[in-house]
Amino acid sequence: MDNNATTPIHPEVKKELIEKMDLYGNPSSMHEFGRTARKEVERARELISGFIGAESDEVVFTGGGSESNNTVLKYVSCGDPACTMCPASRREIITSSIEHPSVLNTAEVISKGAIAVRYIGVDKYGKLNIEELKERISEKTALVSIMMANNEIGTIQNIKKISQIAHRYGCLVHTDAVQALGKIPVNVQELDIDFMSFSGHKIYGPKGIGALYIKKGSPFCVFIHGGHQEAGRRAGTLNTLGIIGFGKAVELAGREMDEDARRIYRLRKKLETGILERIPDALVNGHPDDCLPGTLNISFMGAEGESILLYLDLEGIAVSTGSACATGSLDPSHVLIATGLGAETAHGSIRFSIGRDNSDQDVEYVLDKLPPIIERIRKMSTVYVAGGKK
Amino acid sequence: MYSEEVKDHFVNPRNILEDEASFNADGTGTVGNITCGDQMLMAIKVKDNKITDCRWKTYGCASAIASTSMLSEMVKGMDVEEAYEIKPEDITKRLNGLPEHKIHCSVLGDKALRAAINDYYQRNGMTDRIKEEKETIVCQCMTVTDKDIEKAVKSGVKNFDELQQTTKIGTSCGQCKDSAMELLHEYLHLYGN
Repeated sequence: MDNNATTPIHPEVKKELIEKMDLYGNPSSMHEFGRTARKEVERARELISGFIGAESDEVVFTGGGSESNNTVLKYVSCGDPACTMCPASRREIITSSIEHPSVLNTAEVISKGAIAVRYIGVDKYGKLNIEELKERISEKTALVSIMMANNEIGTIQNIKKISQIAHRYGCLVHTDAVQALGKIPVNVQELDIDFMSFSGHKIYGPKGIGALYIKKGSPFCVFIHGGHQEAGRRAGTLNTLGIIGFGKAVELAGREMDEDARRIYRLRKKLETGILERIPDALVNGHPDDCLPGTLNISFMGAEGESILLYLDLEGIAVSTGSACATGSLDPSHVLIATGLGAETAHGSIRFSIGRDNSDQDVEYVLDKLPPIIERIRKMSTVYVAGGKK
Repeated sequence: MYSEEVKDHFVNPRNILEDEASFNADGTGTVGNITCGDQMLMAIKVKDNKITDCRWKTYGCASAIASTSMLSEMVKGMDVEEAYEIKPEDITKRLNGLPEHKIHCSVLGDKALRAAINDYYQRNGMTDRIKEEKETIVCQCMTVTDKDIEKAVKSGVKNFDELQQTTKIGTSCGQCKDSAMELLHEYLHLYGN
Protein backbone atom coordinates (compact mmCIF):
# COMPACT_ATOMS: atom_id res chain seq x y z
CA MET A 1 0.00 0.00 0.00
CA ASP A 2 2.73 2.36 -1.05
CA ASN A 3 1.47 3.28 -4.51
CA ASN A 4 2.39 6.97 -4.13
CA ALA A 5 6.02 5.85 -3.97
CA THR A 6 5.76 3.78 -7.11
CA THR A 7 3.38 1.40 -8.86
CA PRO A 8 3.75 -2.02 -10.46
CA ILE A 9 3.81 -2.12 -14.27
CA HIS A 10 0.29 -2.58 -15.65
CA PRO A 11 0.03 -6.01 -17.35
CA GLU A 12 -0.94 -4.38 -20.62
CA VAL A 13 2.03 -2.00 -20.41
CA LYS A 14 4.24 -5.01 -19.79
CA LYS A 15 2.77 -6.78 -22.84
CA GLU A 16 3.34 -3.71 -24.98
CA LEU A 17 6.94 -3.37 -23.77
CA ILE A 18 7.72 -7.00 -24.48
CA GLU A 19 6.27 -6.67 -27.97
CA LYS A 20 8.29 -3.55 -28.71
CA MET A 21 11.48 -4.72 -26.98
CA ASP A 22 13.38 -5.21 -30.25
CA LEU A 23 12.64 -1.71 -31.45
CA TYR A 24 16.19 -0.47 -31.13
CA GLY A 25 16.40 2.26 -33.77
CA ASN A 26 17.33 5.75 -32.65
CA PRO A 27 14.16 7.81 -33.14
CA SER A 28 16.36 10.64 -34.41
CA SER A 29 17.80 8.54 -37.26
CA MET A 30 16.43 9.08 -40.75
CA HIS A 31 16.50 5.46 -41.88
CA GLU A 32 13.75 2.87 -41.59
CA PHE A 33 14.81 1.64 -38.12
CA GLY A 34 14.83 5.17 -36.81
CA ARG A 35 11.55 6.08 -38.47
CA THR A 36 9.79 3.04 -36.99
CA ALA A 37 10.94 4.01 -33.51
CA ARG A 38 10.02 7.64 -34.13
CA LYS A 39 6.50 6.60 -35.08
CA GLU A 40 6.04 4.82 -31.74
CA VAL A 41 7.43 7.79 -29.82
CA GLU A 42 5.09 10.20 -31.57
CA ARG A 43 2.12 7.90 -30.98
CA ALA A 44 2.91 7.92 -27.25
CA ARG A 45 3.28 11.68 -27.31
CA GLU A 46 -0.16 11.98 -28.88
CA LEU A 47 -1.70 9.67 -26.28
CA ILE A 48 -0.23 11.72 -23.46
CA SER A 49 -0.97 15.15 -24.92
CA GLY A 50 -4.50 14.04 -25.77
CA PHE A 51 -5.09 12.85 -22.22
CA ILE A 52 -4.08 16.20 -20.70
CA GLY A 53 -5.73 18.38 -23.34
CA ALA A 54 -2.49 19.58 -24.93
CA GLU A 55 -1.09 19.72 -28.46
CA SER A 56 1.41 16.96 -29.11
CA ASP A 57 4.35 19.34 -29.61
CA GLU A 58 3.69 20.82 -26.17
CA VAL A 59 4.86 17.60 -24.49
CA VAL A 60 8.62 17.10 -23.95
CA PHE A 61 9.89 13.77 -22.64
CA THR A 62 12.26 13.88 -19.66
CA GLY A 63 13.94 11.43 -17.30
CA GLY A 64 11.11 11.73 -14.78
CA GLY A 65 9.16 14.07 -12.52
CA SER A 66 12.24 15.36 -10.71
CA GLU A 67 13.92 16.35 -13.96
CA SER A 68 10.76 18.11 -15.14
CA ASN A 69 10.55 20.07 -11.89
CA ASN A 70 14.25 20.94 -11.94
CA THR A 71 13.96 22.09 -15.53
CA VAL A 72 11.21 24.62 -14.91
CA LEU A 73 12.74 26.07 -11.76
CA LYS A 74 16.15 26.38 -13.33
CA TYR A 75 14.60 28.00 -16.42
CA VAL A 76 13.88 31.15 -14.49
CA SER A 77 17.33 31.32 -12.95
CA CYS A 78 19.63 30.66 -15.90
CA GLY A 79 21.16 34.12 -15.60
CA ASP A 80 21.46 34.64 -19.35
CA PRO A 81 20.54 38.30 -19.94
CA ALA A 82 19.09 37.36 -23.35
CA CYS A 83 16.80 34.75 -21.80
CA THR A 84 13.13 35.56 -22.19
CA MET A 85 12.33 33.20 -19.36
CA CYS A 86 13.96 35.29 -16.69
CA PRO A 87 13.74 38.99 -17.51
CA ALA A 88 15.72 41.27 -15.23
CA SER A 89 12.52 42.77 -13.85
CA ARG A 90 11.31 39.41 -12.51
CA ARG A 91 13.79 37.93 -10.07
CA GLU A 92 11.52 36.03 -7.74
CA ILE A 93 9.67 32.73 -7.65
CA ILE A 94 6.79 31.65 -5.46
CA THR A 95 6.24 28.09 -4.33
CA SER A 96 4.67 26.35 -1.33
CA SER A 97 6.05 24.88 1.85
CA ILE A 98 4.72 21.41 1.02
CA GLU A 99 6.28 20.80 -2.40
CA HIS A 100 8.18 17.68 -3.37
CA PRO A 101 11.92 17.81 -2.53
CA SER A 102 12.70 18.10 -6.27
CA VAL A 103 11.04 21.53 -6.15
CA LEU A 104 12.09 22.62 -2.64
CA ASN A 105 15.73 21.61 -2.96
CA THR A 106 16.01 23.14 -6.43
CA ALA A 107 14.43 26.35 -5.09
CA GLU A 108 17.00 26.39 -2.30
CA VAL A 109 19.86 26.05 -4.79
CA ILE A 110 18.60 28.83 -7.07
CA SER A 111 17.90 31.08 -4.08
CA LYS A 112 21.66 31.20 -3.54
CA GLY A 113 21.92 33.06 -6.83
CA ALA A 114 20.03 36.16 -7.90
CA ILE A 115 16.57 34.65 -7.45
CA ALA A 116 14.51 35.19 -4.32
CA VAL A 117 12.22 32.33 -3.35
CA ARG A 118 9.02 32.93 -1.39
CA TYR A 119 7.24 30.05 0.29
CA ILE A 120 3.48 30.19 0.77
CA GLY A 121 2.05 28.33 3.74
CA VAL A 122 -0.87 25.92 3.94
CA ASP A 123 -3.79 25.41 6.33
CA LYS A 124 -4.24 22.39 8.59
CA TYR A 125 -5.55 20.34 5.67
CA GLY A 126 -2.61 21.21 3.45
CA LYS A 127 -4.54 23.68 1.29
CA LEU A 128 -2.51 26.62 -0.02
CA ASN A 129 -3.16 29.91 1.71
CA ILE A 130 -4.58 31.84 -1.25
CA GLU A 131 -4.69 35.15 0.64
CA GLU A 132 -0.99 34.86 1.38
CA LEU A 133 -0.33 34.17 -2.29
CA LYS A 134 -2.27 37.32 -3.24
CA GLU A 135 -0.22 39.36 -0.79
CA ARG A 136 3.13 38.02 -1.87
CA ILE A 137 2.73 37.96 -5.63
CA SER A 138 3.77 40.99 -7.68
CA GLU A 139 5.03 42.07 -11.08
CA LYS A 140 8.47 40.99 -9.85
CA THR A 141 7.41 37.36 -9.68
CA ALA A 142 8.70 35.28 -12.58
CA LEU A 143 7.15 31.92 -11.73
CA VAL A 144 4.56 30.41 -9.42
CA SER A 145 5.10 26.69 -8.85
CA ILE A 146 2.48 24.86 -6.79
CA MET A 147 1.94 21.11 -6.80
CA MET A 148 -1.43 19.81 -7.92
CA ALA A 149 -1.75 16.98 -5.39
CA ASN A 150 0.50 16.30 -2.45
CA ASN A 151 2.39 13.01 -2.32
CA GLU A 152 2.29 12.64 1.47
CA ILE A 153 -1.22 13.69 2.45
CA GLY A 154 -2.96 13.69 -0.94
CA THR A 155 -4.42 17.19 -0.62
CA ILE A 156 -5.46 18.66 -4.00
CA GLN A 157 -4.89 22.37 -4.69
CA ASN A 158 -7.13 24.69 -6.63
CA ILE A 159 -4.65 25.14 -9.47
CA LYS A 160 -7.14 26.97 -11.67
CA LYS A 161 -7.58 29.67 -9.07
CA ILE A 162 -3.83 29.91 -8.40
CA SER A 163 -3.20 30.19 -12.12
CA GLN A 164 -5.79 32.96 -12.48
CA ILE A 165 -4.13 35.01 -9.74
CA ALA A 166 -0.63 34.45 -11.13
CA HIS A 167 -1.60 35.34 -14.70
CA ARG A 168 -3.08 38.63 -13.50
CA TYR A 169 0.49 39.61 -12.64
CA GLY A 170 1.92 38.19 -15.85
CA CYS A 171 3.70 35.37 -14.02
CA LEU A 172 4.35 31.93 -15.49
CA VAL A 173 2.63 29.06 -13.71
CA HIS A 174 3.99 25.55 -13.15
CA THR A 175 2.35 22.66 -11.39
CA ASP A 176 3.89 19.37 -10.35
CA ALA A 177 1.14 16.94 -11.38
CA VAL A 178 3.16 13.77 -10.78
CA GLN A 179 0.75 12.48 -8.12
CA ALA A 180 -2.38 13.81 -9.81
CA LEU A 181 -1.99 12.25 -13.26
CA GLY A 182 -4.08 9.14 -13.72
CA LYS A 183 -5.83 9.61 -10.37
CA ILE A 184 -7.87 12.77 -10.96
CA PRO A 185 -8.70 14.65 -14.18
CA VAL A 186 -5.80 16.82 -15.37
CA ASN A 187 -6.44 19.25 -18.20
CA VAL A 188 -3.88 21.91 -19.06
CA GLN A 189 -6.39 24.14 -20.84
CA GLU A 190 -8.95 24.06 -18.12
CA LEU A 191 -6.27 24.80 -15.51
CA ASP A 192 -4.69 27.42 -17.80
CA ILE A 193 -1.20 26.31 -16.91
CA ASP A 194 2.15 27.11 -18.56
CA PHE A 195 4.21 24.15 -17.37
CA MET A 196 3.26 20.81 -15.88
CA SER A 197 5.41 17.88 -14.67
CA PHE A 198 4.55 14.19 -15.05
CA SER A 199 6.10 10.85 -14.26
CA GLY A 200 5.58 7.39 -15.78
CA HIS A 201 6.13 5.07 -12.85
CA LYS A 202 3.41 6.57 -10.64
CA ILE A 203 0.76 5.48 -13.12
CA TYR A 204 1.74 1.84 -13.71
CA GLY A 205 4.31 2.74 -16.36
CA PRO A 206 8.09 2.28 -16.39
CA LYS A 207 10.59 4.17 -14.20
CA GLY A 208 13.04 6.73 -15.58
CA ILE A 209 10.55 8.39 -17.90
CA GLY A 210 8.60 11.57 -17.37
CA ALA A 211 7.29 14.51 -19.31
CA LEU A 212 7.08 18.25 -19.16
CA TYR A 213 4.19 20.15 -20.68
CA ILE A 214 5.36 23.46 -22.12
CA LYS A 215 2.51 25.64 -23.33
CA LYS A 216 2.95 26.79 -26.90
CA GLY A 217 4.51 30.24 -26.97
CA SER A 218 5.85 30.00 -23.41
CA PRO A 219 9.42 31.08 -23.01
CA PHE A 220 11.83 28.30 -22.08
CA CYS A 221 15.52 27.66 -22.10
CA VAL A 222 17.50 24.46 -22.43
CA PHE A 223 18.21 22.43 -19.30
CA ILE A 224 19.95 19.39 -20.85
CA HIS A 225 22.26 20.58 -23.62
CA GLY A 226 23.31 18.42 -26.55
CA GLY A 227 21.56 17.27 -29.70
CA HIS A 228 18.39 18.57 -31.30
CA GLN A 229 15.96 16.09 -29.78
CA GLU A 230 12.57 17.30 -28.58
CA ALA A 231 12.73 20.33 -30.90
CA GLY A 232 15.90 21.47 -29.15
CA ARG A 233 14.17 21.62 -25.77
CA ARG A 234 15.75 18.55 -24.16
CA ALA A 235 18.83 16.85 -25.58
CA GLY A 236 19.62 13.16 -25.28
CA THR A 237 18.64 10.05 -27.23
CA LEU A 238 15.00 9.36 -26.56
CA ASN A 239 14.12 6.59 -24.11
CA THR A 240 12.02 4.80 -26.71
CA LEU A 241 10.78 1.92 -24.57
CA GLY A 242 10.17 4.17 -21.58
CA ILE A 243 8.13 6.50 -23.77
CA ILE A 244 6.13 3.65 -25.29
CA GLY A 245 5.39 2.27 -21.82
CA PHE A 246 4.46 5.71 -20.49
CA GLY A 247 2.16 6.29 -23.46
CA LYS A 248 0.45 2.95 -22.93
CA ALA A 249 0.03 3.63 -19.21
CA VAL A 250 -1.63 6.96 -19.99
CA GLU A 251 -3.88 5.33 -22.59
CA LEU A 252 -4.99 2.81 -19.96
CA ALA A 253 -5.50 5.54 -17.38
CA GLY A 254 -7.85 7.25 -19.82
CA ARG A 255 -9.85 4.06 -20.02
CA GLU A 256 -9.72 2.90 -16.40
CA MET A 257 -9.17 5.97 -14.24
CA ASP A 258 -12.78 6.78 -13.34
CA GLU A 259 -13.70 3.28 -12.32
CA ASP A 260 -10.37 2.66 -10.54
CA ALA A 261 -10.67 5.94 -8.63
CA ARG A 262 -14.15 4.99 -7.37
CA ARG A 263 -13.02 1.55 -6.26
CA ILE A 264 -9.80 2.85 -4.71
CA TYR A 265 -11.66 5.59 -2.82
CA ARG A 266 -14.06 3.01 -1.41
CA LEU A 267 -11.09 0.93 -0.17
CA ARG A 268 -9.45 4.01 1.33
CA LYS A 269 -12.64 4.88 3.22
CA LYS A 270 -12.95 1.31 4.43
CA LEU A 271 -9.36 1.41 5.67
CA GLU A 272 -9.83 4.79 7.34
CA THR A 273 -13.07 3.83 9.10
CA GLY A 274 -11.63 0.47 10.11
CA ILE A 275 -8.50 2.01 11.61
CA LEU A 276 -10.41 4.69 13.51
CA GLU A 277 -12.80 2.06 14.89
CA ARG A 278 -10.03 -0.26 16.01
CA ILE A 279 -7.25 2.08 17.13
CA PRO A 280 -7.69 4.89 19.67
CA ASP A 281 -5.75 8.16 19.43
CA ALA A 282 -5.33 8.04 15.66
CA LEU A 283 -5.57 11.24 13.66
CA VAL A 284 -6.25 11.53 9.91
CA ASN A 285 -4.04 14.07 8.12
CA GLY A 286 -4.91 15.87 4.88
CA HIS A 287 -8.08 17.31 3.42
CA PRO A 288 -11.29 15.34 4.09
CA ASP A 289 -12.71 15.95 0.58
CA ASP A 290 -10.10 17.48 -1.74
CA CYS A 291 -7.83 14.49 -1.48
CA LEU A 292 -6.40 11.90 -3.86
CA PRO A 293 -8.72 8.88 -3.83
CA GLY A 294 -6.14 6.39 -2.56
CA THR A 295 -4.03 8.43 -0.13
CA LEU A 296 -4.61 7.97 3.60
CA ASN A 297 -2.20 9.60 6.03
CA ILE A 298 -2.74 8.80 9.71
CA SER A 299 -0.81 9.72 12.86
CA PHE A 300 -0.75 7.25 15.73
CA MET A 301 -0.08 9.09 18.96
CA GLY A 302 2.71 7.69 21.11
CA ALA A 303 3.99 5.37 18.39
CA GLU A 304 6.95 6.17 16.19
CA GLY A 305 6.55 5.82 12.42
CA GLU A 306 9.65 3.87 11.48
CA SER A 307 8.83 1.19 14.05
CA ILE A 308 5.28 0.93 12.71
CA LEU A 309 6.60 0.76 9.13
CA LEU A 310 9.08 -2.01 9.94
CA TYR A 311 6.63 -4.10 11.99
CA LEU A 312 4.15 -3.82 9.10
CA ASP A 313 6.93 -4.76 6.69
CA LEU A 314 7.44 -7.99 8.66
CA GLU A 315 3.79 -8.81 7.88
CA GLY A 316 4.34 -8.05 4.19
CA ILE A 317 2.60 -4.65 4.28
CA ALA A 318 4.45 -1.77 2.60
CA VAL A 319 3.76 1.83 3.72
CA SER A 320 5.63 5.13 4.17
CA THR A 321 6.17 7.37 7.19
CA GLY A 322 6.81 11.03 7.88
CA SER A 323 9.04 10.21 10.83
CA ALA A 324 12.52 11.70 10.93
CA CYS A 325 13.94 8.31 11.89
CA ALA A 326 13.11 6.96 8.46
CA THR A 327 14.95 9.70 6.59
CA GLY A 328 18.11 10.01 8.61
CA SER A 329 17.57 13.68 9.32
CA LEU A 330 16.39 15.01 12.64
CA ASP A 331 13.33 16.58 11.10
CA PRO A 332 10.02 14.88 10.50
CA SER A 333 7.95 15.42 7.34
CA HIS A 334 8.06 19.05 6.18
CA VAL A 335 4.54 18.62 4.81
CA LEU A 336 2.98 17.59 8.13
CA ILE A 337 4.92 20.27 10.00
CA ALA A 338 3.65 22.85 7.46
CA THR A 339 0.07 21.80 8.23
CA GLY A 340 0.75 22.73 11.84
CA LEU A 341 1.22 19.29 13.36
CA GLY A 342 3.59 18.95 16.29
CA ALA A 343 6.78 17.00 15.73
CA GLU A 344 5.52 14.06 17.80
CA THR A 345 2.36 13.70 15.72
CA ALA A 346 4.42 13.90 12.54
CA HIS A 347 6.85 11.24 13.82
CA GLY A 348 3.91 8.90 14.31
CA SER A 349 2.48 9.32 10.82
CA ILE A 350 1.92 6.52 8.33
CA ARG A 351 0.93 6.96 4.70
CA PHE A 352 -1.13 4.26 3.07
CA SER A 353 -1.47 4.78 -0.68
CA ILE A 354 -3.88 2.40 -2.30
CA GLY A 355 -3.50 1.42 -5.95
CA ARG A 356 -5.40 -0.49 -8.61
CA ASP A 357 -3.98 -3.84 -7.49
CA ASN A 358 -5.18 -3.53 -3.89
CA SER A 359 -8.28 -5.46 -2.88
CA ASP A 360 -10.82 -5.65 -0.06
CA GLN A 361 -8.80 -8.55 1.32
CA ASP A 362 -5.69 -6.35 1.47
CA VAL A 363 -7.56 -3.72 3.49
CA GLU A 364 -8.95 -6.40 5.82
CA TYR A 365 -5.45 -7.86 6.22
CA VAL A 366 -4.10 -4.44 7.28
CA LEU A 367 -7.03 -3.95 9.66
CA ASP A 368 -6.17 -7.31 11.18
CA LYS A 369 -2.40 -6.75 11.53
CA LEU A 370 -2.14 -3.03 12.36
CA PRO A 371 -3.99 -2.75 15.72
CA PRO A 372 -1.79 -5.25 17.64
CA ILE A 373 1.33 -3.59 16.19
CA ILE A 374 0.28 -0.14 17.43
CA GLU A 375 -0.71 -1.60 20.79
CA ARG A 376 2.64 -3.32 21.12
CA ILE A 377 4.64 -0.20 20.23
CA ARG A 378 2.58 1.91 22.60
CA LYS A 379 3.20 -0.59 25.38
CA MET A 380 6.94 -0.05 25.15
CA SER A 381 6.60 3.68 24.51
CA THR A 382 7.71 6.25 27.09
CA VAL A 383 5.09 8.71 25.93
CA TYR A 384 1.82 6.95 25.28
CA VAL A 385 -0.93 7.28 27.84
CA ALA A 386 -4.22 5.71 26.76
CA GLY A 387 -7.05 8.15 26.21
CA GLY A 388 -4.83 10.97 25.10
CA LYS A 389 -1.29 12.10 24.70
CA LYS A 390 0.83 13.05 27.62
CA MET B 1 20.08 -1.85 6.30
CA TYR B 2 19.87 -3.45 9.75
CA SER B 3 21.98 -6.36 11.06
CA GLU B 4 20.40 -9.67 12.13
CA GLU B 5 21.06 -8.73 15.78
CA VAL B 6 19.17 -5.44 15.42
CA LYS B 7 16.28 -7.22 13.69
CA ASP B 8 16.19 -9.88 16.39
CA HIS B 9 16.01 -7.33 19.22
CA PHE B 10 13.46 -5.24 17.31
CA VAL B 11 11.18 -8.21 16.59
CA ASN B 12 11.63 -9.76 20.06
CA PRO B 13 12.50 -6.94 22.40
CA ARG B 14 13.79 -8.15 25.78
CA ASN B 15 12.96 -6.78 29.22
CA ILE B 16 10.25 -4.23 28.39
CA LEU B 17 9.09 -2.38 31.49
CA GLU B 18 5.44 -3.33 31.43
CA ASP B 19 4.34 -2.40 34.91
CA GLU B 20 6.40 0.35 36.48
CA ALA B 21 4.77 0.11 39.89
CA SER B 22 5.33 -3.60 40.45
CA PHE B 23 8.91 -3.51 39.12
CA ASN B 24 9.81 -1.20 41.98
CA ALA B 25 13.08 0.06 40.51
CA ASP B 26 16.09 1.10 42.56
CA GLY B 27 16.92 3.73 39.96
CA THR B 28 15.34 5.14 36.80
CA GLY B 29 16.53 7.59 34.17
CA THR B 30 14.89 9.13 31.10
CA VAL B 31 16.70 10.90 28.27
CA GLY B 32 15.80 12.09 24.79
CA ASN B 33 13.28 14.33 23.25
CA ILE B 34 10.00 13.45 21.56
CA THR B 35 10.42 16.37 19.19
CA CYS B 36 13.47 14.66 17.73
CA GLY B 37 11.73 11.31 17.57
CA ASP B 38 13.20 9.28 20.40
CA GLN B 39 13.07 9.02 24.14
CA MET B 40 14.30 6.25 26.44
CA LEU B 41 13.63 5.23 30.00
CA MET B 42 15.88 2.77 31.83
CA ALA B 43 14.99 1.21 35.19
CA ILE B 44 17.41 -0.90 37.23
CA LYS B 45 17.29 -3.12 40.27
CA VAL B 46 20.50 -3.35 42.29
CA LYS B 47 21.61 -5.89 44.90
CA ASP B 48 25.08 -6.05 46.49
CA ASN B 49 26.34 -3.46 44.01
CA LYS B 50 25.28 -5.65 41.07
CA ILE B 51 22.53 -4.87 38.57
CA THR B 52 20.13 -7.78 39.01
CA ASP B 53 17.46 -6.61 36.59
CA CYS B 54 17.06 -3.91 33.96
CA ARG B 55 13.84 -2.89 32.23
CA TRP B 56 13.12 -0.14 29.71
CA LYS B 57 10.65 1.80 27.65
CA THR B 58 11.46 3.45 24.34
CA TYR B 59 9.65 5.79 22.02
CA GLY B 60 11.60 5.57 18.80
CA CYS B 61 12.71 3.70 15.72
CA ALA B 62 13.99 0.16 15.29
CA SER B 63 17.58 1.10 16.25
CA ALA B 64 16.39 2.83 19.39
CA ILE B 65 14.31 -0.18 20.41
CA ALA B 66 17.09 -2.65 19.58
CA SER B 67 19.74 -0.52 21.37
CA THR B 68 17.79 -0.35 24.62
CA SER B 69 16.82 -4.00 24.42
CA MET B 70 20.44 -5.06 23.87
CA LEU B 71 21.69 -2.76 26.62
CA SER B 72 19.21 -4.22 29.08
CA GLU B 73 20.67 -7.67 28.39
CA MET B 74 24.26 -6.47 28.61
CA VAL B 75 24.03 -4.88 32.06
CA LYS B 76 22.39 -7.74 33.94
CA GLY B 77 24.88 -9.10 36.46
CA MET B 78 27.30 -6.22 35.95
CA ASP B 79 28.78 -4.20 38.78
CA VAL B 80 27.19 -0.77 38.90
CA GLU B 81 30.55 0.93 38.21
CA GLU B 82 31.16 -1.30 35.22
CA ALA B 83 27.72 -0.56 33.76
CA TYR B 84 28.38 3.14 34.27
CA GLU B 85 31.31 2.91 31.87
CA ILE B 86 29.36 1.38 28.96
CA LYS B 87 29.94 3.37 25.80
CA PRO B 88 27.65 3.70 22.76
CA GLU B 89 30.28 1.76 20.77
CA ASP B 90 29.88 -1.21 23.15
CA ILE B 91 26.17 -1.36 22.31
CA THR B 92 26.58 -0.92 18.55
CA LYS B 93 29.32 -3.59 18.58
CA ARG B 94 27.00 -6.10 20.23
CA LEU B 95 24.32 -5.16 17.68
CA ASN B 96 26.83 -5.84 14.91
CA GLY B 97 26.70 -2.21 13.85
CA LEU B 98 24.03 0.40 13.19
CA PRO B 99 23.56 2.48 10.05
CA GLU B 100 25.65 5.69 10.17
CA HIS B 101 22.68 8.02 10.77
CA LYS B 102 21.33 5.81 13.56
CA ILE B 103 24.37 5.89 15.84
CA HIS B 104 22.77 8.53 18.06
CA CYS B 105 20.11 5.97 19.06
CA SER B 106 22.74 3.98 20.96
CA VAL B 107 24.09 7.21 22.47
CA LEU B 108 20.73 7.73 24.12
CA GLY B 109 20.77 4.22 25.60
CA ASP B 110 23.98 4.58 27.60
CA LYS B 111 22.98 8.06 28.73
CA ALA B 112 19.65 6.75 30.03
CA LEU B 113 21.46 3.97 31.87
CA ARG B 114 23.87 6.41 33.55
CA ALA B 115 20.90 8.57 34.53
CA ALA B 116 19.31 5.50 36.13
CA ILE B 117 22.52 4.62 37.99
CA ASN B 118 22.89 8.24 39.18
CA ASP B 119 19.31 8.05 40.42
CA TYR B 120 20.20 4.88 42.31
CA TYR B 121 23.23 6.61 43.88
CA GLN B 122 21.08 9.59 44.78
CA ARG B 123 18.43 7.48 46.45
CA ASN B 124 21.00 5.58 48.49
CA GLY B 125 23.06 8.49 49.75
CA MET B 126 26.00 7.71 47.47
CA THR B 127 26.08 11.10 45.79
CA ASP B 128 29.87 11.04 45.98
CA ARG B 129 29.82 8.29 43.36
CA ILE B 130 27.90 10.38 40.82
CA LYS B 131 30.42 11.27 38.19
CA GLU B 132 30.25 14.38 36.17
CA GLU B 133 30.58 13.36 32.53
CA LYS B 134 34.20 13.69 31.43
CA GLU B 135 34.97 16.95 29.74
CA THR B 136 36.89 17.01 26.47
CA ILE B 137 38.28 20.02 24.71
CA VAL B 138 36.81 20.31 21.22
CA CYS B 139 38.23 23.66 20.16
CA GLN B 140 41.88 23.91 21.17
CA CYS B 141 42.25 27.56 20.09
CA MET B 142 39.40 28.95 22.15
CA THR B 143 39.33 26.17 24.79
CA VAL B 144 35.75 25.14 24.25
CA THR B 145 34.71 21.74 25.64
CA ASP B 146 31.89 19.33 24.82
CA LYS B 147 30.28 20.45 28.09
CA ASP B 148 30.30 24.04 26.86
CA ILE B 149 28.47 22.96 23.71
CA GLU B 150 25.97 20.98 25.77
CA LYS B 151 25.37 23.97 28.01
CA ALA B 152 24.91 26.26 25.00
CA VAL B 153 22.35 23.95 23.43
CA LYS B 154 20.48 23.64 26.73
CA SER B 155 20.28 27.42 26.87
CA GLY B 156 18.70 27.59 23.43
CA VAL B 157 21.45 27.57 20.79
CA LYS B 158 20.02 26.06 17.60
CA ASN B 159 22.73 26.19 14.94
CA PHE B 160 26.45 26.55 14.39
CA ASP B 161 26.34 30.32 13.94
CA GLU B 162 24.64 30.78 17.28
CA LEU B 163 27.06 28.32 18.87
CA GLN B 164 29.97 30.39 17.55
CA GLN B 165 28.46 33.59 18.90
CA THR B 166 28.04 32.09 22.37
CA THR B 167 31.20 30.03 22.68
CA LYS B 168 33.57 31.47 20.04
CA ILE B 169 34.15 27.87 18.96
CA GLY B 170 36.13 27.44 15.75
CA THR B 171 36.58 31.17 15.27
CA SER B 172 40.37 30.89 15.06
CA CYS B 173 41.83 28.03 12.99
CA GLY B 174 38.43 26.42 12.35
CA GLN B 175 39.78 22.87 12.34
CA CYS B 176 37.32 21.67 14.96
CA LYS B 177 34.25 22.52 12.89
CA ASP B 178 33.39 18.95 11.88
CA SER B 179 33.61 17.49 15.39
CA ALA B 180 31.82 20.55 16.80
CA MET B 181 28.96 20.08 14.30
CA GLU B 182 28.67 16.42 15.23
CA LEU B 183 28.38 17.25 18.93
CA LEU B 184 26.00 20.10 18.21
CA HIS B 185 23.69 17.71 16.34
CA GLU B 186 23.90 15.15 19.11
CA TYR B 187 22.98 17.68 21.79
CA LEU B 188 20.25 19.23 19.65
CA HIS B 189 18.85 15.75 19.38
CA LEU B 190 18.93 15.31 23.13
CA TYR B 191 17.74 18.72 24.24
CA GLY B 192 16.66 20.65 21.17
CA ASN B 193 13.11 21.72 20.72
